[in-house]
Amino acid sequence: MKPFLLVAQREITTRVRKKSFLVMTLLGPVLFVGLMLAPALIAMSSETEDLNLIVVDHSYVLPGTPKVEGANLAYFDPKEVSEEQALELVRTREDVDGLLYVPESINSDPEFSLQNAKLYTEGTAPLGVASELESLLERFAYEGKLRHFGVDPAVVTKAKSEASVQAFELSDEGSEASGTEIKTAAGFFAGILIYMFTFLYAAQIMRGVIEEKTSRIVEVLVTTVKPAQLMLGKILGIATVGLLQFGIWIALTALAATAIGSMGLLSPDPEQVAALSAAGQAAPELSGIQSALGTLDSLNLPALIGMFVFYFLSGYLFYGALFAAVGAAVDSETDTQQFMLPLTLPLVLTFILATSIMENPHGPLAVALSMIPFSAPIAMMIRIPFGVPWYEVAASMSLMVLGFLGTVWIAGRIYRVGILSYGKKPTYADLWKWIRMKP
Amino acid sequence: MNALTATGLHKRYASHHALRGLDMEIPQGSLFGLLGPNGAGKTTFIRIANRILAPDEGRIELFGAPLGPDATKRIGYLPEERGLYKGMKVGEQAMYLAQLRGLSTSDAKQRLRAWFERWELQGWWDKKVSDLSKGMAQKVQFITTVLHEPELLIFDEPFSGFDPINAQLIREEMLRLNREGRTLIFSTHRMESVEELCSHIALINQGQNVLHGSIQELKDRHRSGQFVLRYRSEDPTSLNLPEGAELTDHRREAQGIVAARFRAEIDDASRLLAALAPQVNVYQFEEVVPSIHDLFVQTVQGA
Repeated sequence: MKPFLLVAQREITTRVRKKSFLVMTLLGPVLFVGLMLAPALIAMSSETEDLNLIVVDHSYVLPGTPKVEGANLAYFDPKEVSEEQALELVRTREDVDGLLYVPESINSDPEFSLQNAKLYTEGTAPLGVASELESLLERFAYEGKLRHFGVDPAVVTKAKSEASVQAFELSDEGSEASGTEIKTAAGFFAGILIYMFTFLYAAQIMRGVIEEKTSRIVEVLVTTVKPAQLMLGKILGIATVGLLQFGIWIALTALAATAIGSMGLLSPDPEQVAALSAAGQAAPELSGIQSALGTLDSLNLPALIGMFVFYFLSGYLFYGALFAAVGAAVDSETDTQQFMLPLTLPLVLTFILATSIMENPHGPLAVALSMIPFSAPIAMMIRIPFGVPWYEVAASMSLMVLGFLGTVWIAGRIYRVGILSYGKKPTYADLWKWIRMKP
Repeated sequence: MNALTATGLHKRYASHHALRGLDMEIPQGSLFGLLGPNGAGKTTFIRIANRILAPDEGRIELFGAPLGPDATKRIGYLPEERGLYKGMKVGEQAMYLAQLRGLSTSDAKQRLRAWFERWELQGWWDKKVSDLSKGMAQKVQFITTVLHEPELLIFDEPFSGFDPINAQLIREEMLRLNREGRTLIFSTHRMESVEELCSHIALINQGQNVLHGSIQELKDRHRSGQFVLRYRSEDPTSLNLPEGAELTDHRREAQGIVAARFRAEIDDASRLLAALAPQVNVYQFEEVVPSIHDLFVQTVQGA
């Protein structure tokens, strides 16, 4: 077998058999599914624990509303029950969890009592309950004022309208829904995947190189494998491991999501949606989902996936080679700091600028970032769902290929000298000498 | 034929000139000691011979042909700084290194099993390298160096870092491999290990080959006509010297032993001994031959 393939093979077999690989591979989907389920679980858990609250309302704003989200309300006559007596009840009675106290107004200012209402509970009050009570108070105060001005609140409600503006893109073939949100999400998600993959696995390349260097095995290796082959074998081996892990993550997460989805936890079930839309509440959201699905169809998935694979791999190669060079230049991981900054900065910066790219995907900043190989994988993936002219894509891809050939070459030169240099921590000037040095 | 021939090697690093026109001839079948102080250029030369580095100038030939990519299959190399992948299993690691040297899986496995048996490492095949003692790791390293049965073996400071028992084991292996016809090159900065082991040596100083040849040849070349006669007596007695000999030192050396030192013609030993033997009770007579260490000091200081 070719030495280069042997190197890659060793990287794959030793990494895949590690316990940490198994743990990470299985833990990943658990984490992702957990994140997806969290909103549903939180909603479910808050439904179960309604608080029983006593209400002592000196302002007489609240009428006898029996229930708000998360709490049952029991009204006491403020003339008969003082704040202290009510608190005593909360302390002694097991079936009473707390007290909502609205004080008397001072100088007959109705706003005072509204702004100084207190919620006492045994233990910490759930965040939602306080805000529910606030909006309850606000709503009744508002209606009270309307009545005071001689306006029927029902008239105001009827006068309200819901409007929804959908954006369409005009092109030669006609118009299509632009679905900005879903495009933003798709591009951003692809960008995040590239960012994560590059950091996770490029850092592994670096650590692998440092390990070979500190264990001194590298000197034996380079007698049989050219340094460049050793480096590329390592980069490709780790890429295979990474793709395998990512593949398992995506497959397991998708599987778990489908399973959970069929149990009706993730998407609202049709009957519920129908009931809600009949009530006239969820209609806008529903049409949002439908248009989102439409946008996904219009995104030209094969092209999108093709682009993703290209930028995913070329970005990893581009950064992987540089991380390998950093590993070769230093003696231990603690020494990597000074060389890591110029590598992590462009990645992080592109992410910070992601919002600007999404707001103006065809602006000069977005175009420039999608041309520079340091930022192109992320910037371009964010832009692509918005439609990028073919010549820009071609230019960006060509620059990306040139970019990773360049970094592989430079990294190879640094690697070659670095792996056999011990002791003194090199400076940037040293690295420059190494690059120009004959082998 | 020479196993390795180097002519006019130059190697410059960023801040220093490591090899300055180094010439080297290593005869096939020799056990060749590469001597020199630290920083003389030994490791640089060894790395060039292993194609880890390329010389800036000069030529290097392996068995009469320019050193090419397939040289690695004919050379076994044990670097000064040795190490293995700590997290890998011993057997797997050895298999990996053997395959990198071009052995097939089945050959590698068969030979490794034999070596592991010979050095009583059988139980360690599936253990992690980090579980090995330092001595055992060194044995494994040595095995991986010689496993592909190369014609030329290069050891950089083979005895540094080995414990005395393993150093002896390695020494015996080196002699055995040499008897089997392999050429061995090893570098050292310790002169005493050289004379008992080597057939040939070269002294490297400041990137140049300042002295080289077979041990016998070198010693013959550096004979100085110094002789010492030790005889049994409590005090120095007056001696009648033959013509051309000159007494340089004469003193009691130990209980009942007196040493007399002479300078004479180089091939005068027989005549000198014949003249002196009847005069005293001879305990020992020898020509003072410079040690390799002396030669080295002389050569370096003379330069």
